[in-house]
Amino acid sequence: MKALRNASAALAGLAFGLGLVVSGMTRPSKVLAFLDVFGDWDPTLLFVMAGAVGVYALGYRLRREKPLAADGYAVPSGGRVDARLLLGAAVFGVGWGLSGYCPGPAVVSLGSGSIGVIVFLGCVLGGMALTRLLDASVKRS
Amino acid sequence: MLDLSPLPALFGGALIGLGALLLLWVNGRIAGVSNLLGGIVFPVRGDRAWRALFLGALVAVGALASWLSPGSVGASRPNLILLGAAGLLVGFGTRLGNGCTSGHGVCGVARLSRRSLTATAVFVATGIVTATIARWLGVGA
Repeated sequence: MKALRNASAALAGLAFGLGLVVSGMTRPSKVLAFLDVFGDWDPTLLFVMAGAVGVYALGYRLRREKPLAADGYAVPSGGRVDARLLLGAAVFGVGWGLSGYCPGPAVVSLGSGSIGVIVFLGCVLGGMALTRLLDASVKRS
Repeated sequence: MLDLSPLPALFGGALIGLGALLLLWVNGRIAGVSNLLGGIVFPVRGDRAWRALFLGALVAVGALASWLSPGSVGASRPNLILLGAAGLLVGFGTRLGNGCTSGHGVCGVARLSRRSLTATAVFVATGIVTATIARWLGVGA
């Protein structure tokens, strides 16, 4: 079970990463050109989302009762839209719009060894630590 | 110049969807890169190996791509201060909002999750506003 889970995760990462490269999403300039709708707009990201969401939506419907190598699906469902979700998404969007990087393409770009992406990902981890600190202090008070 | 590439974008998107599906069908997991990153750096219960393998595969694809086709991954003129600030926002926001472009944008939207549809609308909106203002101000990654 565990070996199968590990093999599938590696294969899934290869397909996912290749998809990001092929579609141009690992080039921040292309992502920024999508977000800059009033500039020289590049709709490529829409096609990428259409392809990914289309395939996943179909596959999600065709899923079996249980995953092949796990006891159940760890899929969130029925949660409420709350202030935390809205604030988090809004803050993420600002960082995305500044850099053209979201976490997936940034991890792929780490393979280039470029200093920019190393700094970016280091700060992503720092930002995640900040959320944890905030949660811990809220829990204490 | 309009750098539109709908066919590679659709194909790449489909590959992203397939990778995410493999993780769902076999492991029963959502392919959310920010959550995977968070789970590997700040230990969570359950096995961590599959997370590392998925992320490692992403890095490997990036390394291969930047070797075969320099410039296909990463920013061309990295502005380190801007990337650092953006990274902090991305890390903080994705943890707070529980996901990014992959977990919410692809998997969640395809599952028609209300939380993910809302989060995606919000981060695309703040991303557009930020990228537009950044261009006006002449700052960019």
